Amino acid sequence: MRDFSYFRASSVDAARQAAALPGAMLLAGGTTLIDLAKCGVAEPETLVDITHLNGLNSIEVNERGATIGALARMGHVADHADIKSRFPAVSEALWQAASAQIRNMATIGGNLMQRTRCPYFRDPGNFSACNKREPGSGCSAIGGVTRGHAVLGASDACIAMYPGDLAVALVAFDATVHLGERQIPVDDFFLLPGTTPDREHAIEPGEMITAIEIPGSSSARRSTYLKIRDRQSYEFAAASAAVGIEFEADGRTIRDLRVALGGVATKPWRARAVEAALIGKVLEPDTVRAASLLAVEGAVDHGANHYKIELVPRVVARAILKLGETA
Amino acid sequence: MTVHNIRHGDASDGAFAEAVGGRLSRVDGPAKITGAAKYAVEQQLEGLAYAVLVGSTIASGKVLAIDTKAAEAAPGMLQVLTPDTIISLRTAADWFGTPPPDKPYCPLARDITFSGQYVAAIVAETFEQAVAAAALVKVSYDETSTIVDLSDAKAGDGIPIDAMTKEWGDAQGAFASAPVRICAAYNTPREYQAPMEPHGLIARWEGDKLTVWEPSQWLDGMARTYAEWFDVPFENVRLVSPYIGGGFGSKALALSHGAVAACAAKMLSRPVRLVMTRPQTFTGYGGRAATRQTVTIGADADGKIQSIVHRSVNETSIDGMWVEPLGSVTSIMYSTPNFSSKQNVVRVNSVVPGAMRAPGENPSAFGIECAIDELAYEVGIDPLEIRLRNYAEQDPHAKKAWSTRQLREAFAAGAERFGWARRSPEPRSMRDGNQLIGWGVAAGTYPVRRAYGEAIVRILADGSVEVESSSIDMGQGTYTILAQTAAETVGVRADDVVVKLGDSRFPRAGVTGGSRLAGVMTGAVYKAASSALDQLVGLAIGDPRSPFHPLQANTLVVANGRIASPRGDGPDVSIAELLKSVGRDHIEATGDTMPENSTPEERYKNYTTIAMALPHTEGDYSRHSWCAHFIEVRVDEDFGTVRVSRVVSALDSGRLYNPKLAESQWKGGIIMGIGQALLEEGIVDRRHGRIVNDNLADYLVPTNADIPDIEVISVGIPDLHSSVLGGKGVGELAIVGVAPAIANAVFHATGKRIRDLPITLEKLI
Repeated sequence: MRDFSYFRASSVDAARQAAALPGAMLLAGGTTLIDLAKCGVAEPETLVDITHLNGLNSIEVNERGATIGALARMGHVADHADIKSRFPAVSEALWQAASAQIRNMATIGGNLMQRTRCPYFRDPGNFSACNKREPGSGCSAIGGVTRGHAVLGASDACIAMYPGDLAVALVAFDATVHLGERQIPVDDFFLLPGTTPDREHAIEPGEMITAIEIPGSSSARRSTYLKIRDRQSYEFAAASAAVGIEFEADGRTIRDLRVALGGVATKPWRARAVEAALIGKVLEPDTVRAASLLAVEGAVDHGANHYKIELVPRVVARAILKLGETA
Repeated sequence: MTVHNIRHGDASDGAFAEAVGGRLSRVDGPAKITGAAKYAVEQQLEGLAYAVLVGSTIASGKVLAIDTKAAEAAPGMLQVLTPDTIISLRTAADWFGTPPPDKPYCPLARDITFSGQYVAAIVAETFEQAVAAAALVKVSYDETSTIVDLSDAKAGDGIPIDAMTKEWGDAQGAFASAPVRICAAYNTPREYQAPMEPHGLIARWEGDKLTVWEPSQWLDGMARTYAEWFDVPFENVRLVSPYIGGGFGSKALALSHGAVAACAAKMLSRPVRLVMTRPQTFTGYGGRAATRQTVTIGADADGKIQSIVHRSVNETSIDGMWVEPLGSVTSIMYSTPNFSSKQNVVRVNSVVPGAMRAPGENPSAFGIECAIDELAYEVGIDPLEIRLRNYAEQDPHAKKAWSTRQLREAFAAGAERFGWARRSPEPRSMRDGNQLIGWGVAAGTYPVRRAYGEAIVRILADGSVEVESSSIDMGQGTYTILAQTAAETVGVRADDVVVKLGDSRFPRAGVTGGSRLAGVMTGAVYKAASSALDQLVGLAIGDPRSPFHPLQANTLVVANGRIASPRGDGPDVSIAELLKSVGRDHIEATGDTMPENSTPEERYKNYTTIAMALPHTEGDYSRHSWCAHFIEVRVDEDFGTVRVSRVVSALDSGRLYNPKLAESQWKGGIIMGIGQALLEEGIVDRRHGRIVNDNLADYLVPTNADIPDIEVISVGIPDLHSSVLGGKGVGELAIVGVAPAIANAVFHATGKRIRDLPITLEKLI
């Protein structure tokens, strides 16, 4: 870790101005940034500490939806009674993420900025080629150890997986990210790697996440986050699905369905083909299983991550059927 | 070294906790829980400088040049060490004490044989400055082709290790004519000890005297190595290691990072601290070697084994030698008239593998205990029944009687508590919704390794007792059981015993490894304490100033710190009062487990090498600990995820010096075995020969959520052939057999036989 200077911001505007300067980065919970600084990936010259800003850690939930301040802690949001009742998938995604210690430190804004766990990205000392770190330097992961890499959304430049859980639920329920004056859908906030994997988020210099907003819906209220992994806790997903469902009055016909995937793509991945195939259909196991195969349309494996292509439809189907059972 | 001025034990310990065999809680527990325990590298020394290591980024080749210009100009820089600038050391003897070649030793490498090998080091005023400067060191290499692992085509068949060959009867011939035959290959990957406390040290020179604060499983062995490296007398090196934050075999030897720190301290004339980064704990020393075994069993139609043929390899490094004895369990677990086991080692570009909890026995058991399970299904009998049918009534290899073998009792007790009789025999026949349920059994064993230790026991003027030994406590409970031993033997409360460990100036002890320390050190303390008691009673009877002198008694009773006549008809005084009356300020006695009339040279060799350890088959008996694990798994049929939902293990470690601590160690071993079965694997990038999951987020060990309630049952009986007080080994035993029990349970659940650890989800979907 290199020496850096430390600046405690007194207002959102001051933070944005300070963070816009070259070499400056915002510091909230620090659980990603300090880790990456220790790996030698992040080399900030200035850290702009925003943890003391007032008014950014509120959690407000009403009929229209939820607004969560950027500095709300993951653990607080996961345990919030109204989040649990109106957005169970959001709560479940949070409490299955990281460890209790990390959830108590990490913020919601910082969580959206979490970076990939690709071991090649995280080890500049041993692997100099990484287009995400150093544009144009190549990709060490392709041809390497790929068990945890993306099968969806990858490019020739980068196959790094998006590792987070919360954003998967946010994408499913059309949440928006507040960047001060600007608000953009979460799905647009995360960028595909394409030829510019170094650019992961649609955030501009001088912008700062201030809140996320999740519209309330019946499908969000009846939702779940299913996360599959070898270790029961404190592991990134082998595959995960955020699913929400709303039935017609008959209690069997699907009126609305939301499906998003984690652990398998280069960004939080909305599986719209699965949704389209099932909306208007009666919830039947065989129908659901067949439609769930659409979740991995276009998936490409790199050998060791092939199992994800097998796993994803099973995870999606289980999550949908589980929600159906609770009718 | 460390004084625990706290009350021993707690309310949960029950009656008689303080005696040997009592459930006294860990006396060092409160100090650790409250943070008062100061670990080796936490010593605050004036003038401390900080060293950081630079590792090779290639796995094979040569260092062409090291550009240190930028690093030298960095703030706080004190010194750049490279192979060209570091002082020259002498090569030290290995742990057998084999005389080393007379050539210099350089802990920084020019010739690279594994990724992460140290090529340079930076010393700076602060740790942060050293880290920043180390990042500025530029090393250029001439890279050559890498042998990645056992499966690398370039690795070849390896080197036969004749000493590992075990054969009797005609194994090949008997197999050929056996009516039932099975043959399968079993693989275990590189696994790592992953201690919470990373390796590191503080080295300080005063003239030609070196003090090293370093977590150590073997103070005297490491002190010898430092002394030989720097060519100073053994007595000039002091190792201090009051606590160890996890060793699991990895902290028994002085390693190259220690040599670098001690060199830097000597060159700078300042104390130097060096602590490995977490990634360096995956390359700075060896974890468990990757292994391959082929197990071939020929049997009668009723499952009686006629022949076992076992062929195995383990990996070692390019220029080091590590033999993981893979036939160790294969050759003794079951009775067979014909047997053949041979082993090769294969050189790969890795750091030399090392000891990790039950080296040899652990992977060996994975092979034979899975294979016999396969045989059970092939023959069509219960996996527990086939083990009983082939029960070895004596050591099949040594052809000697077992000292004690409570394995039949372990099978019975475990099966009873687990409810094994209710098992549905067919694979895939037990389920709960999407969860396939499987029950598996496997046995484990570990030899009783016996070595040497010595201790001083002092009875002080205030009646308290002090024990000193250079043995160590890495969490297994040495402080506690030695307090119990001294308390019971002298006749005082455990509260009145202070145990001091972890300083090489104390009476010596051999390596804390191979589950030998408790048996050795309780023996040494028992002897020293008995001798101190004899002196005390002798003074009380014989000294004219003693209040007991007029009684002309043959003996006296010492209990709870008071002395009285056996019939209670004389005086009743405290130890302190007695010592005062006879004008003594203390009594001191030494005890050891050495053969009588040992010379000083033999003693030195016994404590600083492993050359003199007694074979477990010495004399008329074969000595081993034994266990049986019964494990239930739940496998999600869609996702392939395996969860261990129930463990019942019955274990024979002989007499337990402290059941609470033994149970804790057994459970730790079982948890580590669950990790080995389901999670742990060093994953190597085949192009670079480098482990890529070199951190605790990506190298997975079990979390609490992965561990169900574990029930452990002691079925041991005192075994006086194994130790002075009747205990056998505890620490390594319980991991042996866990992985095969889980693999067998997974087969029972799913019908899929997974022979490559770990059993990750993609192997089951």
